[in-house]
Amino acid sequence: MSPAATAGDFGEVSMFISNTSEDKKQMLEKIGVSSVADLLKDIPQDLLYPVLNLPPALPENALSAHMHELADKNKTLLNFIGAGCEEHFIPAAVNALSSRGEFLTAYTPYQAEASQGTLQTIYEFQSCICELFDMDVCSASHYDGATALAEACAAALRVNNKHKILYSAGLHPHYKEVLQTYLKHLPELKLEEVPLKNGTVDLDVLKEKLTAEVSCFAVAGPNFFGQLEPLEDIASLVHGAGALLVSVAKPLALALVHTPGQYGADFAVAEGQPLGNAMNFGGPGLGIFTCKKEYVRQVPGRIVGIAKDKDGKRSFVLTLQAREQHIRRERAASNICSNQALCALNAVIYLTLLGYEGLREAAELNLEKAHRLKDMLLADGHKLKFDGLFFNEFVLELNVPAKQVIRKLAKKGIGAGFDLGRVCKDMKNCLLVCVTETKTDADLQKYVQAMRGF
Amino acid sequence: MQDILIQNALSIEKSVSGRRGIRFEKPAASPQTYLPVRYLRTHTPRLPQMSELDTVRHFTNLSRQNYCLDSHFYPLGSCTMKYNPKAYDVLSALEPLTQAHPFAPEEAVQGTLEILYNLQELLKEITGLAAFTLQPAAGAQGELTGILAARAYFDAQKDKKRTEVIVPDTAHGTNPATSHMAGYTVVNIKSGPDGCVDKAALRQALSERTAVVMLTVPNTVGLFEKDIREIADMVHASGALLYMDGANFNALIGAVKPASFGIDLMHLNLHKTFAAPHGGGGPGAGPVGANEKLAPFLPRPTVERKNGKFSLCAKLPKSLGRMKAFYGNIAVCIRAYCFLRQYDGQTLKEVAENAVLNANYVRVCLQHAFPAFFNAPCMHECVLTLNKEKMNGVRTADIAKRLLDYGFYAPTIYFPLIVPEAMMIEPTETENKQMLDAFIQAMQRIFAEAQQEPQTVHDAPHAQPVARIDEVSAAREPNLRW
Repeated sequence: MSPAATAGDFGEVSMFISNTSEDKKQMLEKIGVSSVADLLKDIPQDLLYPVLNLPPALPENALSAHMHELADKNKTLLNFIGAGCEEHFIPAAVNALSSRGEFLTAYTPYQAEASQGTLQTIYEFQSCICELFDMDVCSASHYDGATALAEACAAALRVNNKHKILYSAGLHPHYKEVLQTYLKHLPELKLEEVPLKNGTVDLDVLKEKLTAEVSCFAVAGPNFFGQLEPLEDIASLVHGAGALLVSVAKPLALALVHTPGQYGADFAVAEGQPLGNAMNFGGPGLGIFTCKKEYVRQVPGRIVGIAKDKDGKRSFVLTLQAREQHIRRERAASNICSNQALCALNAVIYLTLLGYEGLREAAELNLEKAHRLKDMLLADGHKLKFDGLFFNEFVLELNVPAKQVIRKLAKKGIGAGFDLGRVCKDMKNCLLVCVTETKTDADLQKYVQAMRGF
Repeated sequence: MQDILIQNALSIEKSVSGRRGIRFEKPAASPQTYLPVRYLRTHTPRLPQMSELDTVRHFTNLSRQNYCLDSHFYPLGSCTMKYNPKAYDVLSALEPLTQAHPFAPEEAVQGTLEILYNLQELLKEITGLAAFTLQPAAGAQGELTGILAARAYFDAQKDKKRTEVIVPDTAHGTNPATSHMAGYTVVNIKSGPDGCVDKAALRQALSERTAVVMLTVPNTVGLFEKDIREIADMVHASGALLYMDGANFNALIGAVKPASFGIDLMHLNLHKTFAAPHGGGGPGAGPVGANEKLAPFLPRPTVERKNGKFSLCAKLPKSLGRMKAFYGNIAVCIRAYCFLRQYDGQTLKEVAENAVLNANYVRVCLQHAFPAFFNAPCMHECVLTLNKEKMNGVRTADIAKRLLDYGFYAPTIYFPLIVPEAMMIEPTETENKQMLDAFIQAMQRIFAEAQQEPQTVHDAPHAQPVARIDEVSAAREPNLRW
């Protein structure tokens, strides 16, 4: 086999490889070898060039047809499913700007002088999020809300050097799993769940469990069941016991509801996907990580700060890098390096376009439409599982398993909600319903009609 | 004009009360109708107030302050900045794919699941491994996934005495950080004079306390670990597992299957070898592959195929658990699938071959100005250093900044740590000889400048939106938000 000269199915050069045979010949001559195989001598020769059983290569037009065919096997539903990933309106300018090659095809801004665009957008992202969350510090981004939560709890452990984490039963069940995966192997670590009472944290049990060994309490508000939590009361209990508060917020809701800074969270994280990012079957998400300024050295991952160039001009750089893996190796706060910069860019463009007024309008529409659907369903004879306050998600208690309802509504092109039986044994008949600003009154009526009889 | 239109004004500095870019319908009632006051936000956040046009101009002008792959050669070592075909952006953004909800009934997301399943199968075929998870969001998270899978494996064996992970000094910085995160003690070993693992040092470090040896292949000095099979045997003889950091897989793709080295686990970076764009720092994706022995310990859920139907299966009793809220960075995985479908069993190896050819060409052409730290054929990247006596005080950082003036992004610099004044250059297969010649010429010119006018290099960059930035000034009194 003559590897260097093998021509592909597309003529002399394959796909995106543009060295011609003549180029290769000249390069090999310059290097002083007769074939590329001569450069691969360190690889055990009997392992080189195995048989690869791959499907035929597709040129762009055939690839396009293939991908359209696969995509069309999905059915786009009238979506009332939330549970950690939400459908929101994305203004056209968001993708038009973030898909510019200058943003899309750059990488982590190591050479700051040639990356001021990306760096300034991250600084603006950090600023907008700090404003929205009322927090001092925000990182450049994390993988998603769940990993941001795990990293925040790990940071809390480092801050007060204690070994017990309490978390609310109202956390997203997948966030609980990720918390376990990330932390369960740490020496002496104890992870303990605090139960709910009528859909929100049982404050009596929380009080009891808040012993001196507790490092932090992790709580979501609104929680997985859509319920708003009495976070001021929770914060004073947690701080009274000498522990830290780690909260999981919903960024869009923060345009209206009490903010982490307001109730005194030490770390606040969130899934930022609803800010200008499509659902994409759950990924990429956008992990938002914020904290009080005294914990800035415990923040994992990239942070952008303002610097001066040698002429004194304002500029932006990656900063506080002494926390990071490429310098501290095993003593780093985390191993994270690449994050979700492009998703953070979508979020900051979204927030810039909407401003506070627009964001508040969007949040109010979520609140109003969710309550309107709830009222319509109650008027139609349905029952709520919890009677507390909510933002854009609520739990219906049906007469039949939610699983059945979901199957039947899917046939009508409706995503009915999330089957809580999947995560709670005693909630088989419970359906978590999410309503966002994307739903019209006609959509709500269609939903109510389809739900008739369950 | 520069004075009137401040070039790098923040959005908040352009904000004018009353402006905005988007309007929704007016809500009918106030939030107090639904929520008591004590649950409401008390004060107004300072978000920019800008029209859509102002916003579009703001971000468009910011974008123009970036070097990027679409406009510039971007030889950032170990980052595999290869061309990101435009078709993949379009095809991964087809509406039925972007509108898929992770909890949608499975019959509504068969297309997405089929793509993910097919990608898993393709990754298995090109690596020779038995199973793949697409869940990890980035290479570093892939590493953590792999090490936690190893931990789950030893836990299942009730082997509690294995508390160490061995990491050579030619590994990525993430490897020791990952091991520490996974609760292991890191044992660093030095590499030999040839830049490869020192087998005597490895033999000495291996013990019944060793859980995993993490090996970056090719390593960060751009060399293939030539004794990898022997290393695998040594590792396995001590009862430990061999993890391969596959961030540099571009050197090997199509040319060799890592499973044949005897590795147990590895991760791949879909934003490197598989042509997904880097997004200014993510999202990436870091799928992890495992051999038969480790496969049961990979994260849940996995994508399965039964009777022609695809589903997510979470019933994996031995699994290490869940790494992410949802199944992975799907939009990135879809691009990687597109990439793999454009090659076949004959052409895929040309990716690795051209990557290796290009790196060696740069290495040889620059050997007089900037010698390779290890003078031997390299794989996908070459690691060059300086001859200090010849440089008039010009350092690697200066060269990096001067390259920007010549229209090239800089290599990865001062990494790996074992190479003084390191410049790690990775051209990738998608650059051609003409571009490499231009880069080589720029490097040679900078070398000449170091002899004739070193101050020009010291003061670089000269043609960027900002002059050389004092990075230390940012850390002194951090200003991290407006």
